[in-house]
Order: sequence, then structure tokens, then C-alpha cells
Amino acid sequence: MSDLSKVRHEMLPDLPPPENTTGPVGWMRRHLFSSVTNTVLTLFTLYILYILLVPTIDWAFIKADWFGETRDACTSGGACWVFVTTRFSQFLYGFYPEELTWRINLAFILLAVQLVWLMIPKLPFKGIVSVLVLFVYPVVAFYLLYGGSFGLDVVETHKWGGLSLTLVLAVIGIVAALPFGVLLALGRRSEMPIVKSFCVVYIELWRGVPLITVLFMASVMLPLFVPAEVTFDKLLRALIGIVMFQSAYMAEVVRGGLQAIPKGQYEAAQALGLNYWKMMGLIVLPQALKLMIPGIVNTFIALFKDTSLVLIIGLFDLLAIVQAGLTDPKWLGYSVEGYAFVALMFWIFCFGMSKYSQHLERHFHTGHGSR
Amino acid sequence: MSNTRQLDDKVMVEMRGVNKWYGQFHVLKDVNLKVRQGERIVICGPSGSGKSTTIRCINRLEEHQKGDIVVADTVLNNDLKNIETIRREVGMVFQHFNLFPHLTVLENCALAPIWVRKTPRAEAEEIAMKYLRRVRIEEQALKYPGQLSGGQQQRVAIARSLCMNPQVMLFDEPTSALDPEMIKEVLDVMIELAEEGMTMLCVTHEMGFAKTVADRVIFMDKGQIIEENEPEAFFNNPQSERTQAFLSQILNH
Repeated sequence: MSDLSKVRHEMLPDLPPPENTTGPVGWMRRHLFSSVTNTVLTLFTLYILYILLVPTIDWAFIKADWFGETRDACTSGGACWVFVTTRFSQFLYGFYPEELTWRINLAFILLAVQLVWLMIPKLPFKGIVSVLVLFVYPVVAFYLLYGGSFGLDVVETHKWGGLSLTLVLAVIGIVAALPFGVLLALGRRSEMPIVKSFCVVYIELWRGVPLITVLFMASVMLPLFVPAEVTFDKLLRALIGIVMFQSAYMAEVVRGGLQAIPKGQYEAAQALGLNYWKMMGLIVLPQALKLMIPGIVNTFIALFKDTSLVLIIGLFDLLAIVQAGLTDPKWLGYSVEGYAFVALMFWIFCFGMSKYSQHLERHFHTGHGSR
Repeated sequence: MSNTRQLDDKVMVEMRGVNKWYGQFHVLKDVNLKVRQGERIVICGPSGSGKSTTIRCINRLEEHQKGDIVVADTVLNNDLKNIETIRREVGMVFQHFNLFPHLTVLENCALAPIWVRKTPRAEAEEIAMKYLRRVRIEEQALKYPGQLSGGQQQRVAIARSLCMNPQVMLFDEPTSALDPEMIKEVLDVMIELAEEGMTMLCVTHEMGFAKTVADRVIFMDKGQIIEENEPEAFFNNPQSERTQAFLSQILNH
């Protein structure tokens, strides 16, 4: 037998990893205190956090005043949340008649129940609930919010405002922009020249214009082009503007996702005899949409925040109504509290969407690469 | 198994004077091919010879610009109806499997029967399980393709095609992307399929498979059919110099 021959007859057992490399202590050693420089940086960062966080918490919670009637209740020198709490219902409902706000509450509770139902994977009847939320709910919500039938009084849209208006704009914008965006993206990749050029022109036109311009055009210029007898509701005009604008952005996100689907998937679908719409609906879009979740949610979040631009055409969304409250002579000087409240509300919704999208990505992961 | 059999006279696939260009590049030059029902054809040739393009023209994954193709009595033209009719009757297995990664193995197989043949779901799943059993992979039915090995995925892809009950099967280098130890399990399934009388066109470099199964071997180079013959004569006594050169390269290494 030559010297090069080596044979192992007994397999080695599995051993636990060395101590101090696992658990919280091991994690801190590896990530926070792995070298002198890192230790110094860690301690420095902790110090910065300390000098920033302690006064902020002190101001916002410990020394803050929460309830009262007027600014006189704010005596402690901390945040004066009284400004927010006394006007809270206005911030939520705008100028909606107070005795009718149950209609807004009911509309949003209905929506929340349906969305939560769809988000919890274990609940049955997902198909029925989806149909309800997409086709039945909009009608119900319209009559609840606007009224005009079923014995409900009409509440003109210029009385709508606050967080509820922000949510109306965002929800309708999101729900409508996605399907239009998908159609535009498919059209842009179409082999039919007319469809393709229409989609390219549409997308490039709307993407090249600031949303503010779109809103100005919707509120000022559109009425010039239609006969005087025809009056569009201002909110409806803003909504159409937002949807058309955002669907152009959505189209580009969707197109990016479509490009990531390998050609083999199209070929396999075609070879099985699926026609264009079935191929797209059953094979390509489900995979592409999964890849697009981060991009889509990014667009949704941008849209959600962009709704605050409607204040420039005189709609009182959450930001506008808080700002209006700040100009009240009785409450001058509390803008930090006001804007902090607006920021917090926007952040809660945007962070919620972000978290849910991460959950969706994990949920749809089926253990494969691109093939 | 004897390769000389009595075949039906019914012609399943016919290509007459088929030409195809990619832009200025002439990829298929006057390809003529007649495949009878139950016939098993192996197409081989160097890469870029147009062998994949040839079979991809049969179900219109590639469009030809000149010549006629008739599949199962349907003329392949620009009429979408005809294309869909042909695709229903022609199954295809790809080099990279192309399973749908977002669907389970069972859903992959039942999809086309449900949406193209309008089979009720329960019945379609029964069909799917039948073919999954035939390729010996029914225990994986509820897994996703990404959880299977390459050989298993390719067997699922074969089962998926069979679920449409096709009259012709096209194989586009079905074993080229597989690890060596998985090639046999896929070839075994293909050999069984051949024994059951399926009309098959295979683009492959598996010359052992060609020898056992093929009724006819076709050698292509530079977009043309150079030589075709029964496997025994093709391998033992190739007539064209190109064929001889090709065979000596792939057989003696």
C-alpha cells in the first residue's frame, strides 16, 4: 500500500460549538465589541442615544400635559398634547357632522374587519371576502360616507376631512392604481404597436409631471374643458388625478417584476396551451407580483404620504386640518405637537404596510430560485 | 427492443420546406420532416445547428417564415385557434424543466387540464396523480418544485405534459441540465413512454437512448438536416463526413 493511501473507518461525532460564540453574549462579542474601534464606536453611539432620547421622552411623556380644555392646561413645560386631544375628533373626521360620524366609524370598521380577515391565513372563505371587499364594500362605503339613499342624509364631500379623508384618498388610490398599473405594464410589453404606444405615452406623460401639477390641473383646468352644467365633485377630481398619476408609477414597478420572470415560464405555459390572459393570470403575474411586493408597497407608501398634497387644492386632509388648527389664535405656538402628531399617524400606517409586506414575502416564499 | 416496427401510416407531424431567420441570420434551411404516429425520432447535432429551433417550431414557440407545418391534421399558421389546438395536442419537456415554482407539483400537473381542457378540478387532480404515479413521484405531489432534485423536477415536467393527453411529445435536451446520477431516472421514464407507443421527437445527446429507442436518428448542422437513418446504420455506417466527425467527437472521449 502506498503512503498516499488514507482511509477513515470511524465517522466523527457532532460536537457543540465552543462557548462564548453562541447566545446573547456571543452575539454581543461578535457584533458590538469585536475590536477596540468597535467597542469605542458602540459606547459612543450609546452616549449619543442617551443624550437624544432622555430629553425627548421627558418632553413627550413624562412632563407632558394630556387633557384639558384650553392652553391654560399646559403648565408643566413638556409637550402640550391638549392641542391634539381637544381637537381629536376634528383631526379624525374633519367637518363631518358630529352626530353622523358613526357612519365613518362603521365604514372603516367594516373595511378593517374584511382586511384582517384576508390577512389571517387560517380563516376560510377568502374568495367570498375578496369579492365583498372589492365589489360590494365600495358601494356600501359610498352610501355610508356620502349618503343620499337608504334614509342616510347627504354629506357633501367638502365637509369631509382629517384622517378619514386621508384614508379615503389612500385606500381608493391604492386599490385603483394597482389594476390599472398591471394593465399598463402588460400593455407596454405588448406586441401590438397601438396598445404599446398608448401605454408608453401614458406612462411617460404622467410620470413626467409633478403630482401637484396634476392636482392643480384636476381642480382648475378640468372644469374649463367640460360644459358648465357638468360639475365634477372636487374630491372626485383629485381622486382621478391621484389614480392616474400613481397607476403610471405602479406600471413601471409591475414591468420590473415582469422582466424578472424567465422566458421558460412563458414557454412552458404556452406549450401547455394556455392563452395569453391565462398565462399572465395564472403563471406570470402571481410570480411577478411576489417579486414586486417591496416595490408595490414602496409605491403605496409614497401614495399614502402624497395624499397630503390635496391641501393645496383646498381639501382638508389630516395634515391640512392640523395646520388649520395651528393657525387658531388660541393655540398659536404648538406646531411641534401638531406636526409630531401628524407624523406619528402617517408613520403608523406606513410602518404597518411595510411590516405586512415583509410578512407577505415570507408567506409566499416556496423555497426556490428563479426557476 | 426491436427498432424496426410496423408503424401506422398516419402522419402526425409534417414539415415541408421550413425556413426560419433570426433577423438576417438563416437558422433553418429547407427542413423537411415527416413523423408518423408512434414514431420515435432523435435529433442530434452540434450546438447552434438548429435542432432545438426545429422542434420549437412545431408548437410555435418559434415562428417559421417559410414552408408548411402540419401537426395532427391542423395547419400551423397565424390563426391563434390553430396554434392553441396544436399546443393542446403537443406536449413539451424543456432542458430547464420550467415547472411553475409558485405551484405545488400536483397543481403544476392539474393546471392545464383544468384551465385548457375544462376538466373539473377533482378529476384533473386524479389525472395528475395517475401520471405522477407513472413517473414514480406521487409521494412528492404536495411539495413545491424548488424542494425537488433536478431529476425529480424533470419527471414532474414529463407528467405535467402527459396530463394533457398529448398525441406528440417534444423533448428539448431533457437531460442536459441534470447531474449525472439523475439522468437515468429521466431516461427510464422516457423509454417507458416510448414503449407505450407515444410519438416522440427528442433533441438529445444521449446516444445510448437513441440506439435503444429511436426509429430514426436525424443529424443536423448549420440549420439543415445532413443525414437521417435507422439508428444502427446511422451509428455504424454514417455517410456524411460531418456526421462522421460529429459522432467521433461525442462517442470517443
